[in-house]
Amino acid sequence: MSDYIVEAIKNGVWETLKMTAYASLYAYIIGLPLGAILYATDRGRLLANRPINLLIGVIVDLMRSLPFLILLVLLIPFTRWVTGSSIGTTAAIVPLTVGAIPIVARMAEASLCEVQPGIIEAATSMGASPLHIILHFILPEAAPSLLQGAAINVATVLGYSAMAGVIGGGGLGAIALQYGYYRYQKDVLWTTVILLVVMVMAIQQTGGLLAKLRRKS
Amino acid sequence: MSDPAIVYELQNVSKIFRNEGRDFTALRDVSFSIREGEVFGIIGMSGAGKSTLVRTLNRLTEVTSGEVRYFGRNLAELSARELRKVRRSIAMIFQGFNLLQQRTVIKNVEQPLRIAGVPRRERKEIARKMLTVVGLSDKEKEYPARLSGGQRQRVAIARALAANPKVLLCDEATSALDPKITGEILELLAKINREQKLTIVIITHEMSVVERICDRVAIIDDGNLAEVGEVTEVFRAPKSRAAKKLVFPSNPYDPSDKDSRLIRIAFDGLSAKEPFIADLVATTGRKVNILSANTKSVGGVGYGQMVLELPKDEDDREVVISYFKSKGLSISEVDEA
Repeated sequence: MSDYIVEAIKNGVWETLKMTAYASLYAYIIGLPLGAILYATDRGRLLANRPINLLIGVIVDLMRSLPFLILLVLLIPFTRWVTGSSIGTTAAIVPLTVGAIPIVARMAEASLCEVQPGIIEAATSMGASPLHIILHFILPEAAPSLLQGAAINVATVLGYSAMAGVIGGGGLGAIALQYGYYRYQKDVLWTTVILLVVMVMAIQQTGGLLAKLRRKS
Repeated sequence: MSDPAIVYELQNVSKIFRNEGRDFTALRDVSFSIREGEVFGIIGMSGAGKSTLVRTLNRLTEVTSGEVRYFGRNLAELSARELRKVRRSIAMIFQGFNLLQQRTVIKNVEQPLRIAGVPRRERKEIARKMLTVVGLSDKEKEYPARLSGGQRQRVAIARALAANPKVLLCDEATSALDPKITGEILELLAKINREQKLTIVIITHEMSVVERICDRVAIIDDGNLAEVGEVTEVFRAPKSRAAKKLVFPSNPYDPSDKDSRLIRIAFDGLSAKEPFIADLVATTGRKVNILSANTKSVGGVGYGQMVLELPKDEDDREVVISYFKSKGLSISEVDEA
């Protein structure tokens, strides 16, 4: 491999990490509250509200059922509106975030559902408001499970980020595509694939470890 | 001295659960009151409706009809905000403890104070004091998973007491614990009742729990209030079938003839001075078969009880029964054990 490709791969690793980190962060900022709303408005829950639950549920599932590649293309105008450009690393963060939000929401909802109903009953009997119960009883109790889910979600975003290469996003995916696929440089292709695998594993292991450290029962 | 204030006044409380078109009546026209400073027991078999009943006391369950008055206020009429405020004065502990597993012991105890908006420093101070009350001051940094069942319930009690409640509801709080630990928890509750004049409501299916610390008891049978009264009175002379079943000793010998009639007699420390079985034989010449006999402390008073198999002959039976009655002993028939 020539020097400039090694340099490009180094740069690609950095770009991939940047896309994954930002997209995951934004996806959690929006997806976690959405997950909490999905959880709390479900039947028999704290703030049971069928219309809201249905509305958010349908939107989330619609977004989730769209193949990410299609979403990438569909979101080009929106991306341009948000970032001023539709190509490059920064631009890729937008579709990645949008694609990850529904996954984060559903994963978070599943984690919150694991919290023992007795905890909520105890909190209610103490005179806590629904918001207080969610923030100070349910979320802390679900924290280990949320962390476990986060590891899976971040790894998924990383995988998606490679796909962003198709529409001109940066990162390892773009390198794999341009050098490895279009130019038949098998060594570049495999190097990027191995790097991606290692990064996914590192994320999964770190998340799992954090969840384990956090879990007290 | 004036009469103690009434904490709870229940009037014709009914609860019907509607589930997919099928109605289930959990409570039917239950009325009684709970006085300030007393330990009030609510006892019944599992499925009798007692857990539903205790949940009407802090409106975790809405009543279908009737009224639950808490210091004169109808709980059903409170707004969500008012209800939350009232609930802060009604603490509750549970069979499953319901502690936050991911928070330390002290953080758990702080929870009600946090809800009440007490500043952090003060919270910690109060929580420490509460942990001292329940004898766990050395465990504040532990997580609940590392504690034994009895210790977890102590943490739950500390948490319940933290916000200085007026009432403590205990929903089968000792049912998951072994007899020795149950005794310790009950002792702790009795101490808190004595020292802080805290009104305690205890839900249980075990008569032994009621006998140990309750002043008065309500017996719930299949959604109905079967009987309510002083524990000593219910123990001595149970009126309802449910009450008789509850006070009946759990392990008498089988009668020699399974068709024979059994009676249970209860007597307090005074009558115990008389050898009345011997007297019965000497005076009337009739014999009885003792199937079970024991003594226990009920509400701090020593009581004895016996289960007797009466003679087969109808006239002999009458003689025996009237003899016991003339001696002032409380007799209850045992239709089925």
